[in-house]
Amino acid sequence: MKINITDIRKDFPILGREVRPGVRLTYLDSTATSQKPLAVIEAMNDYYRHSNANIHRGVHTLAEEATALYESAREKIAKFINASSAREVIYTRNTTESINLVAYTWARANLKQGDLVILTEMEHHSNLVPWQMLQAERGIELDFITVTEEGLLDLENYKSLLSRRPKLVSFTHMSNVLGTINPAAEIIRLGHEANAIVLVDGAQSAPHLKVDMQALDADFYAFSAHKMCGPTGIGALYGKAALLESMPPFLGGGDMIKEVKLRSFRANSLPHKFEAGTPAIAEAIGFGSAVDYLTKLGMDNIAEHEHQITEYALERLEEIPGVKLFGPSADKKGGVAAFTLDGIHPHDVAQILDQDGIAVRAGHHCAQPLHEKFGIPATSRASFYLYNTKEEVDLLVNGIYKVKEIFK
Amino acid sequence: MDDLYREVIIEHYKNPSYRGKLDPHDISFADSNPLCGDHIQIDLRVDTNGVVTDSRFDGHGCAISQASADLLIESIIGKPLEEVKRLNKDYILELLGIDLGPVRLKCALLSLKVLKAGVYGLGEASDQLVE
Repeated sequence: MKINITDIRKDFPILGREVRPGVRLTYLDSTATSQKPLAVIEAMNDYYRHSNANIHRGVHTLAEEATALYESAREKIAKFINASSAREVIYTRNTTESINLVAYTWARANLKQGDLVILTEMEHHSNLVPWQMLQAERGIELDFITVTEEGLLDLENYKSLLSRRPKLVSFTHMSNVLGTINPAAEIIRLGHEANAIVLVDGAQSAPHLKVDMQALDADFYAFSAHKMCGPTGIGALYGKAALLESMPPFLGGGDMIKEVKLRSFRANSLPHKFEAGTPAIAEAIGFGSAVDYLTKLGMDNIAEHEHQITEYALERLEEIPGVKLFGPSADKKGGVAAFTLDGIHPHDVAQILDQDGIAVRAGHHCAQPLHEKFGIPATSRASFYLYNTKEEVDLLVNGIYKVKEIFK
Repeated sequence: MDDLYREVIIEHYKNPSYRGKLDPHDISFADSNPLCGDHIQIDLRVDTNGVVTDSRFDGHGCAISQASADLLIESIIGKPLEEVKRLNKDYILELLGIDLGPVRLKCALLSLKVLKAGVYGLGEASDQLVE
């Protein structure tokens, strides 16, 4: 099945809106958060209209319905990433919380002073700061796989870092700035050969690529619903069952326990062990619905569509005098085009584009060290998803010419 | 929009009159806008009566932040520090002659925050300084 873009756009109510009278929305900021199809909005709506109740332990009909919906969403998500079991999928608030869960539980139980954690220079702040916090607390060491001028990870550098016997390798599957799709399977294999545990930040890969936990062999994989057509406030941490079993719990409270006495508790089994308190039930159901939506279209079809748009966008943007693009060529990256425009600050670019209803992001995109590496304070970033069209790329290009005109 | 990028703002951004550093100086302070990395340093010379005799700004950022810095520096030369301490958000908006949304307001106010933090001898250019 090929993607029918006209039909897809109809699935997203927001894409029909005007930003101001007569100006249609051109949404090129899906890397920050994607728009939501009607099916997802309706699934959450239906839950609140018909089945709202707290999950687990309830005996009444609504509680059973809510529990079934919440857990069946987990099954869908597990299948979507080809986990061996839904027990390996922990609901969290988002990718950031998933990474923090590993930092607070696995890492605090397993890392001691002097232990090495390998990250990369292209990480989002969410995969830097939790480890910096642990470094301050524990005295672990951090080192970083370097990024080449082209925007790729330097695997030779990685191999030499591995000779220092790291305990953990944690890296992004796809850069949210450069768009680079990293060779995750190879990075994981090399990490395992050095006896390291490997965590993958999948915030940008889960929405755009077919990801398969069995093929990747990641120990942990963190992702968010809101970047993949689902709601905000819900994400997941995949972990290999044996690892999750061995880890201490994360937050303490209701639902994560088997038994509580005044002075002690026994932790619940997976996945509930890591899910304290009433979770984001409607959001989890929305997450399941988003996964249904993406599965129906086919991740390969989505990736192919995005590739065509990205290739076209890079080609058109490159033609504009004064535009400098960051990151590798279209065959090595996902749907992200981060760029600078000579003499014009990204904020000004984004502001003027907004006047034509074009939504792009400006700033360091939570990857300040990466921007420092390339010697720039900020970039403008246009990003593309399954609902974007070549016509929207043309609107962006025309908009950039307009920016240049104003600053002439 | 045409308002937001009034010619005067583009002009002050592209050809600022007060960009640079003062050495020696009596007061110097620098800070960044954590959201976007805009960075501004302001140097001041102050005479024995506490009047600003000269000032410069340096740094990088969007047209709004840099133009507002240039306009601000221009406007405070000759003013007593006591008066500088009382400047607020409205003063900057008046200098720029435009209305700004909450995000861009942060760009516009960075220079005033840096200036006041420097004048008060504070460690950080906080939002409270310009409210």
